[in-house]
Amino acid sequence: MLKAAIDPRWHGRLALGLLLAPALLWLGALIILPHVDLAVLSLRERVGPRQYVASLAQYKTFFAEPLYWHVFLRTAVMSVIATLLTLLLAFPIAWIIAKLARGRAGSLLFIICLIPFWVSETVRTLGWMILLRESGVLPALLVKLGLTAMPVELLYRDATILVGLVYTSLLFMVVPLVSSLESLDNTLIEAAYDLGAGGFAILRSIVIPHAAPGITAGCIVVFMLTLGNYLTPTLLGGKNSQWFTEQIYTQFITRFNWEQGAAFGFLLLALSTALVILGLRLSGQRFGDVMRRT
Amino acid sequence: MIPSLPRPIWLRTATVAYLIAFLAFLFLPLAVVAVFAFNDAPYPAPPWRGFTFDWFLGNAALGRTGLFADSELLGSIWTSCIVAICVTALSALVGMTNAFLIERGRFRGKQALSILMLAPLVIPGVILGISILAFASRIADIADDTFGLELDFLRPGLPLVVLGQFSYIATIATLTISARLRRFDRTLEEAALNLGASKAAVFRTILLPYLRPALLGSAAISFLMSFADFNTTLMLVGADTPLTVMMYGRMREGATPVLNAVSLFLMIASAVLALTLLRRGGSPRAKPAQ
Repeated sequence: MLKAAIDPRWHGRLALGLLLAPALLWLGALIILPHVDLAVLSLRERVGPRQYVASLAQYKTFFAEPLYWHVFLRTAVMSVIATLLTLLLAFPIAWIIAKLARGRAGSLLFIICLIPFWVSETVRTLGWMILLRESGVLPALLVKLGLTAMPVELLYRDATILVGLVYTSLLFMVVPLVSSLESLDNTLIEAAYDLGAGGFAILRSIVIPHAAPGITAGCIVVFMLTLGNYLTPTLLGGKNSQWFTEQIYTQFITRFNWEQGAAFGFLLLALSTALVILGLRLSGQRFGDVMRRT
Repeated sequence: MIPSLPRPIWLRTATVAYLIAFLAFLFLPLAVVAVFAFNDAPYPAPPWRGFTFDWFLGNAALGRTGLFADSELLGSIWTSCIVAICVTALSALVGMTNAFLIERGRFRGKQALSILMLAPLVIPGVILGISILAFASRIADIADDTFGLELDFLRPGLPLVVLGQFSYIATIATLTISARLRRFDRTLEEAALNLGASKAAVFRTILLPYLRPALLGSAAISFLMSFADFNTTLMLVGADTPLTVMMYGRMREGATPVLNAVSLFLMIASAVLALTLLRRGGSPRAKPAQ
């Protein structure tokens, strides 16, 4: 009997090996090795044609050239602002979906809120451009209402970039917020109310602690996506966008200075990782749990 | 406040006002894109100059290039479709093997591996793009220098775009499929095995039908995300441009309403996909545009 001759343990190992192979190939060849290579690339300097030495020159350039670290800081600060605005805007809608709307109305509203995000970011940004540019819909409306004498250019401002970023990020905040608010027991809120707590006290001592995992998950994902966004800042901000991903693109694709671009990439990765870890620490969450929520 | 507690009238009014403003904010950009696809003017801007189908049907004879005559744009839609099909197939396959690996496998380092599988979601898309670009070029250079081999598929182009998108979409497929596999009742499988079914038969007749909704759901999401991906694609793109990159280029130059026409087409296509998925009871969640 050939079947019996095969050791079942060996059989199990073969199956495990076959299942492991795709995962290791994926993570090894597309995630780990490319990032190791990027790190190596960022730590060398070109001294002649096809001649390189190990050096920290790329990172020194970043700190020595004010333009680079200004753009870096600006991107970080704008991303934090965009994340907070997204949270403020998304929380009430998540509350309405999870607590106020009853039965099917809630899930219908939820689906309605998700619909725009099935369409690509390019299309949504095109919509904002048609609305906001000097010859666009809103400036024309402002003239008609007599609020401005001439059409004003609403594109290429920091506020416009923020609007675009918040819009793009809403989904990633609404989904985890709704799922964490749905699990909040209404009787807790009723009890607090009966004991004399006001709206603000209930929010601060019951709702927010309960929703903390959802808030963290949403903030982490939104921050990371905002930081790494390229399309929205460059199209809505134009030449004034000064977004760090644009610097990476310029170094890599336009100037073909891969060493510098790799260093910039690592700095961006470090910033996003640092904030992810900080967010997890502050809320006492675990990475795996947070990611499964989104 | 929740419905069972008294809510003052100003709070009710504010809630309704907020809801209306929120929905307007959500749908206004999409609405103007759709409306200006039909404006009889060379640019997607007010005032309204009358209704036209030129931006769909127009051709050189009419002096306006509509969507169906714009071979460049149609070509880029086709390119995006091919990329999306490859990414979807790869992600579904790897997502499935990963799900079995994580939910069924027992080996050392499983915890670490499952955490590592989530990493692509927190790496910005631009960085995934440049790291894969640099690594692929290095391998291509080594192959060229030592063996004199020209590995063209490792230079910027569609194969790299597929790999770049797959690198993070695979995580989403893995999460979707393993979430369903986790809820599977293993006694069903044991019963079938006790009744003499082979492992292959159990997989085909019990596990696969059970996983079908998750597979379809993750396939739809993978397809949409691949179609919408911009950041990773931009870094890896070669001569053939997918739709998002093509649209981006034209939007920078100030394009005709033909872009509105193609956008409307995309909206309808994704709405149809979303509705079919919802009807089948799949997950309505999308995770587009990293």
